[in-house]
Parts: sequence; C-alpha cells; structure tokens
Amino acid sequence: MSLFSIKGLRGGVAGHELLKGVDLELRSGELHAVMGPNGSGKSTLAHVLMGRPGYEATAGSVTIDGVELLGLPVDERARAGLFLGLQYPIEVPGVPVVEALREALVASGRPTISLAEEMEAEATRLGMAPGLVNRPMNVDLSGGEKKRNETLQLAILRPRFAVLDELDSGLDVDALRQVSRRVEEARRDGEPALGVLAITHYRRLLRELRPDAVHVFSEGRIVRSGGPELASELEETGYVAYRNEPGDEGS
Amino acid sequence: MAGASGLFPRSSRRSWHALSRLERQAAAFSAEASQALGGASWQRDRRRAAFDRYAASSWPGPDEEAWRYSRIDQLDLSRFEPSGSPAPKGALPLLPALAHAFVDRVGERAGLALTIDGRPYEIDLAEEASRSGVQLARASSHPEAAELSGRARASFTAPDSIDATDELAEAFSSDGTVLSVPAGVALSAPIVIVNLLGADHQDTSSGPAFFPRTLVSLGEGSSVTVVELYFSGDGAILVLPVTELEVGPAARLSYSAVQQLGRATWQIGRNWSRAGRDAHLKSFTASLGGHYARTRTDSRLEGRGGSAELLAAYLGDGDQMHDFRTLQEHDAPSTTSDLVFKGAVGGRARAVYTGLIRMRRGARGANAFQTNRNLVLSQGASAYSVPNLDIEENDVRCSHASAVGPIDSEQRFYLQSRGIPAEVAERLILLGYFEELLGRAEPAVRDHIAAAARSRLHALAEVVA
Repeated sequence: MSLFSIKGLRGGVAGHELLKGVDLELRSGELHAVMGPNGSGKSTLAHVLMGRPGYEATAGSVTIDGVELLGLPVDERARAGLFLGLQYPIEVPGVPVVEALREALVASGRPTISLAEEMEAEATRLGMAPGLVNRPMNVDLSGGEKKRNETLQLAILRPRFAVLDELDSGLDVDALRQVSRRVEEARRDGEPALGVLAITHYRRLLRELRPDAVHVFSEGRIVRSGGPELASELEETGYVAYRNEPGDEGS
Repeated sequence: MAGASGLFPRSSRRSWHALSRLERQAAAFSAEASQALGGASWQRDRRRAAFDRYAASSWPGPDEEAWRYSRIDQLDLSRFEPSGSPAPKGALPLLPALAHAFVDRVGERAGLALTIDGRPYEIDLAEEASRSGVQLARASSHPEAAELSGRARASFTAPDSIDATDELAEAFSSDGTVLSVPAGVALSAPIVIVNLLGADHQDTSSGPAFFPRTLVSLGEGSSVTVVELYFSGDGAILVLPVTELEVGPAARLSYSAVQQLGRATWQIGRNWSRAGRDAHLKSFTASLGGHYARTRTDSRLEGRGGSAELLAAYLGDGDQMHDFRTLQEHDAPSTTSDLVFKGAVGGRARAVYTGLIRMRRGARGANAFQTNRNLVLSQGASAYSVPNLDIEENDVRCSHASAVGPIDSEQRFYLQSRGIPAEVAERLILLGYFEELLGRAEPAVRDHIAAAARSRLHALAEVVA
C-alpha cells in the first residue's frame, strides 16, 4: 500500500500563484476525482505535480511514501511512481512510442525483453490501430488515439499513482469506455494497484470510472470533498456556487 | 598573366597590406604548379584557362553575400600546397575502418571507384554494367569526359555563380571520376565512390590541398544510384571537391555524399546539377566532419516536369562550421524542387545556411519548397539561416521555412515524465529530429549515416546534459 500525499501545495506560472494551498491524500487502488470549473487551476495542479517547464511549486510538499517529489527532476518524479496523462499529449517527431518506453524501462532498471509483445497486447485491449506503437509519439494521431496512447504508456509503465488530466476530452463513447476500463483494471489488478487522481470538468468520465472520493476545486484549492454522490450533485447545480473570478488562467 | 600583381589587382577593394598577405599565402598555388599536373591535353588547357581567370579574380571575403558568416577570412592558404605526385601504384592500400564500413554497408554494388588524394586509384565496374555501355573511368581516359566536364557548371549563367575558389578548384583539378550511363540503362545496384584524402596525414599545422572531381551523366530514361564517401586524415588538409550531375530527360539519379572528413580539414565544395524534362534528381548530403565544411549546391531544373529532391543532414560540435549555400533554379514549366536541410550544433560549432529559390521567366506552374532547421544544443553554438527568393514568373508556388532553436522543452518534459532521464530524452529527440531525413536517405547509405550520426549524437547529447 502506497500513499500519495499533497500538503499545503502552492504554486503556479511565472510568479502567478494559481494553487493556493492544496491538500489531498490518495492511496493505492483509490480513485479520486478533482472537479471544477474552467480556470480553477485543475490543470495547473497536474503540471506543478509533474514539474512541467514554466510551472513551479512555491510552498508545500508532495510525497509518495514519504519521498519528496518537489525539487526532483521530472524523470525522477516519474521513477518515484508518478505518471501524468496529459490533456493534450505532446508530439515528439521521429521518436517511436516503443523506443521511448524501452528507454523508460531501462532507466527504471526493468526488463524490456517482452516489451513489444506487451505493447501489442495493450494496444489490442485499448482498440488501437496496429502499428501505432511503432509510429512517432503522438504525431498525426487523433485526439482519441492520443488518449489511448497515453493509457497504453500508463499500462506499460505501471506507476504507483497517475494524474489523468481530462482523460475524456477528445474521446468518443467507445474509446472512453476502453480507456476507462483499462484504468479501472490497473486500479484493481495492478501491481502495485494504481491510485488515480482524475481531473475532469464533466461528470461524463465518472460514469465510466468509479471514484472513491470527489473534490471540488475552485480558485486554486479544494473547497469541498465528498463521496461519488457529490459528482451527481455538481451535475445538477453546476459550478455556479464555486465560480471564481473570470480572467483567470485556462483550465 | 599569372603574376602575383595580377592575382590581386589594385582595383580590388582590399587594402594593399591585405593583398600582399594573401599573395604570400597563395604562393604555392602557382601557374607552374597548375601546369605541372598531367592528364589529357583538354584537361591541361582547361586548367591553364582557369588559372588565368583565378589570377584575374579577387579572393572572396566575408563581405560578399555568398561568403557571409563563413570562415573564408580565417583560411590561411599558406598552410597548404597542391598535392603533386600521384599516389604510388602497387598493392591496394589498407582502407580506413570507416571506409571499409561504408563499402560493407552498401552491400551489393554495380561498381566501385577508389580515389586517393583526389585521383582515381582503382576503378572496378561490374561486367553487366559495362556490357550495357555504362562507363566508370578516369576523366583522362573516358571518351566523353572532355565534352561532359564543365557542362553542368556552364549551365548556370548568373554572374555571381562563379568565384575565385571555383577557378582555383578548376585550375588544380585532379583527374576526376566520370560515370556515364547510356539512354535507357537502369542499374539496380549502386555505384560506390570512395575518396581518401591525406588519410595518413597527421601534421595539423600544414598540409596538402586536394581537388577531387566527380562527374555523373545520365542519358535519357536511364537510372542509377551513386553513393560517395569523403574521408580525410586528422592533419591540416584543404579539399575543394567538385561534383557535376547531369540527369537527362526522364532519367533518375539518386546521389548521396557522406562527408566524414578529419577535424582539421577545410572543405570548399561545389555541387552543380541539372535535370532535364521529367528527370528526377535526389541528392543527399550528410555533413559530419571537417573543421570548416562548406558545400555550395546549385540545382537547375531546365526541362518541363523535372524535379529535384535536395536533402542534407549536418552535425557539428567542437569548433566545427558547416556552411551550406543552395540555389534552386527553375527554368522550365511544371518543375518541382523540394529542399530539406536539417542540422544540429553543439559545443562552439556553427552552422550557416543561405538558400535562394530562383524562378526564371517561363517556369509556369513550378513549385519550390525550402526548409532549413537547426537545433542549437549549447550556449556557445550558433546557427544562421537565411532564405531568399528571386521570382521572375507569376504562376509559381514557393514556400520556405527556417528555424533556429534549442531542443523543444515540452518534448523533453514529455519524455522525462515517462521516467526517461533528460540526457536520454535529448538523444531520443535529436535522433527523432533526423529521422524524417534519414527515412528519405538512400537505403544503401542509410545505415551508415544513421550509425555515424548516432555515435555523434551521443557525444552531443552528453554535452547538452
């Protein structure tokens, strides 16, 4: 059992504090949804956690099993067990998915001998077109294919915790179902069982994923936490009660 | 006529002091030395005429457009002298491992020419190719060489297309390698040309100057692949290679040059090509070695429907400079040229690219594309990229793109977020950056270029990290 802990996290983009004290704890096998209006800082949270260029943490602590991630290079955060599924996965021309994953496994001291077969199996499970894994990373892929590709990487890398930023954007119903099912399987059967922080604007995703907890995010912090029923309530009432000032950063 | 005062006339813009320095520098490149070179009478005549033009012209400087950002003002000619005596005849010298690897990777071939110090040393052509009328020979013994030699060069009529370095190359030109392919003949296996230049020369203070020449001429409807390697020793070497490519109507030529010169070599290279009606030229240059490696590539499409694919990859580190000047001249309707030059520089290396698309009147429906991209991997490295257009015809399409910048931090972040260390991520991105080009390289040389690039990229990526 692992623990992903965020305490008093502050940070943002180039001097603009967009996270104003985030606290959250997530255990192996759990799935927490972070929901909130556009501009609430949800995506900023994802980027600060992983250490995306241009984003910085100014205060607080982020740990996996007591290992502090803030201050570590991005790749060391990843090897400590954190995975980020991006809302808009980045294209890396000329670098095949299989090569990137091979290097990732090598860096973690893990075997690569069955990588090709594993990827093939995962691609089939995710309904990906054959040969996609040999294509350059995310280049000329549709939005749905990119998300499937993110999920395939998640399945191969087997992190302890995954932050999935708007996993459902760009996915049609079938793709959403396949991708969600794979994430749920990783939660249930993964070694280690995957803990998931699913960042989403819409409840759509939560019809496929089964959250243990739902957090409402607004103006850079969690303003309310509850069980799965909170998601249903949000769908009826919307985010009006939590709306922040317009003109803030994009979601 | 060839006196020192004629070499740099007082009407030149240079100061008297500069002139005398340059005069002293060029002393070894004398009329006598030029005339002492042997060969056929037409070769001696042309050298003599070229020497006169060389002596009457002024040596270029960085103030001239074609030499802007170059190292021409740092080239000290007094360190070099024309290589005189031909390589001794006898047993085939031991090929450097790198040249061996090159030939091995090509695999099956239709012919092999080995030149040493700029002169053909051994030429071997497959019997089948020979029977079909293909000729691979020394210029001095090739029956059509006198007619073919200089024809591609002469097809470029713009006044700025020739300068003193071209005349110097002509005045001291070696007995080159000439490949002619008759109409309708298609060779399935490549012709391999290996140029070893001062392979054993170690002295980095002074050394020989070499003037290798390659001429390829394709008759109507013929097709051939030529792959060429340039290799030089670690010492101070000056090389002025000249390549002329003629692609006849509906013929197809794939020409690849892999430059792996020593790190104290100065190269001033010239590549002239012309393609006729419905002809296709694919030219690929891999520029890896050299201290200063300049290639000026002039491509001319002069028959309706002709096309040229002009590709180059370059890698620089240490204090290397890669210097490319390109011309895509369209002088016929419905012609297409597609140029992609991509490079990466680390350390204190420099890259220069200037390219001109020239659309002559009458080139209706012509398309020209020009892309130059540079990855700059260190603070000390730099790249210049200057595209230009010269359009005399309305009904044409031209596009150019040029970029100079570091490794994309978002791409690096993405790979790092998968657990890949920064330096490995950068190596992957660098390899990926060249992948598009390598994918278009001739299969016969792709592995060699990829292997050479990969080993260099390891070093470059380490410097970055």
